[in-house]
Amino acid sequence: MLASGIMGYSAESFTQIAKGGAGAIVTKSVSTTPRTGYTNPIVVQTNTGLLNAVGLPNPGIDSFTQEIKYTKTLIHIPLIVSIFGYTAKDYSTTAKKATEAGADAIELNVSCPHVKQTGAEIGQNPKLLTEIIQQVRTTTKKPLIVKLSPNVTNITTLAQTAVDAGADALTAINTLKALAIDSETQLPILSNIKGGLSGPAIKPVALRCVYDIAETIKIPIIGCGGISNWQDAIEFFLAGATAIQIGTAVANDMNVFQTITKGVDTYLRQKHYRSIEEIVGLAHRK
Amino acid sequence: MLDSHIANNTLRTTQIINIQIESPTVKTYTFMDKLCSKARPGQFLMLWIPGIDEIPLSIMNASDDLVSVSVKAIGDATRHLHTFEAGATVGIRGPFGNGFTENQGRSLLISGGTGTAPLLFLAKRLIPKAKHLTFVEGAKTKTELLFINELNKVCQEKNILTTTEDGTAGLQCLVTRPLIDLLDREPYDMIYTCGPEIMVKKIFELTEQYKLPMEASLERLMRCGIGLCGSCMIGKYRVCRDGPVFTTTQLREVKDELGISKMGFDGARIPI
Repeated sequence: MLASGIMGYSAESFTQIAKGGAGAIVTKSVSTTPRTGYTNPIVVQTNTGLLNAVGLPNPGIDSFTQEIKYTKTLIHIPLIVSIFGYTAKDYSTTAKKATEAGADAIELNVSCPHVKQTGAEIGQNPKLLTEIIQQVRTTTKKPLIVKLSPNVTNITTLAQTAVDAGADALTAINTLKALAIDSETQLPILSNIKGGLSGPAIKPVALRCVYDIAETIKIPIIGCGGISNWQDAIEFFLAGATAIQIGTAVANDMNVFQTITKGVDTYLRQKHYRSIEEIVGLAHRK
Repeated sequence: MLDSHIANNTLRTTQIINIQIESPTVKTYTFMDKLCSKARPGQFLMLWIPGIDEIPLSIMNASDDLVSVSVKAIGDATRHLHTFEAGATVGIRGPFGNGFTENQGRSLLISGGTGTAPLLFLAKRLIPKAKHLTFVEGAKTKTELLFINELNKVCQEKNILTTTEDGTAGLQCLVTRPLIDLLDREPYDMIYTCGPEIMVKKIFELTEQYKLPMEASLERLMRCGIGLCGSCMIGKYRVCRDGPVFTTTQLREVKDELGISKMGFDGARIPI
């Protein structure tokens, strides 16, 4: 599925992603009121990754409900609406409106590393995380996915908190908090100074997080972080993910979903498996 | 990611080596940058004004390790850039986007304002191989008609037509006005345009009427420049990645938005 934050504003862009072979789409994160995001630069390329601090721009849920409704008439794969807020009430209000507009599931962004008083500041705080999940739980019957931050000492503890509070699935992981400085001007490059690192650079970290969580958590884990080819996908399934999200790799190839699916199918056939389920968590064999 | 994408998208800091004043509001900046010096007409770069902003700019010329962009002072970032002197440090990412095709037949190039910059670059590349080239440039007033000397060097004077809204140079009208006469008279096989979107829309409608192919360079709010953030969508296209040059067929697909609406900083659609 498409990871949150990528090309996710308009029904037309979701349609392109669906044509590229995605099995589901997670929208950019929306909030109760519109947000304009940060001044450029909002991305910095590194050797094997991409650093971003876009700043969660979004038109606000009231305007976005129109886009959700329109999208649902154009595509026939699940549309997962990613939401963020500053209080439990923000999250539940947005979740309720997204559900009413036709969202097939809700992903809670409690892990954005570059916007203050939301995102990771919530995902790092078990008490706040519990309160938000519990309150959202009362406003929607749709599956509730919690996207976890890797910027914590122990991701498994927070995964357990999310499960205890009522999450149906977990996405692991959001971007890693990071920094880029230009040596010539001696300045941080991003206007927000710090951002989130994605792309191949973070794949081993994401894979380790999924593996750790899968050791103790029994609800579905969606693997996310630097996946760009079918080998990466297989590794996440072996670590314990039952689905995967792709973000940064979409920039160069919108058909990356198809390419990966084909590669995974071939792998399963050659190894005589009938479905992905049979390989989920295999790397945990002792 | 492919290696060339990583190289192009990696920020390079470089010094401004020359600044040319083109009009009371437009200056051309030249930098040394190997990657952008290989850009094709119609491609763009992202220019970092350290500590201030990063903006997309059409490439105005590229050769021999050098690249030039023409910048009109219209916002905070561009006004700040206008205070820079040669030797100042800026950052460059790119080149990005698809660029124009290079038609070898009879081309008509129509520009408005700073949209003249990429079309001048295109004209330089077309002239050695094209059968014929007509350049029509429009501006508000005489002092804002850009690159007239350069155009005279590149094209024959009889093939350059200028218009100003106040009549201080060339014909007193919008740049679209003399086109009907030209299209009736001359057998063009390709139209290229860059300029305000209202102008592009009018020219698109004209070329549809005359059943002529067109390539237009479009502009949208741009953030990442590499097709990820979704800020520059028009219809199903990403201007930074699928454009900025769009063909007649593509323009037909986005005609509900062309010259009508774009996405604002918060992703909501706003009128142009």
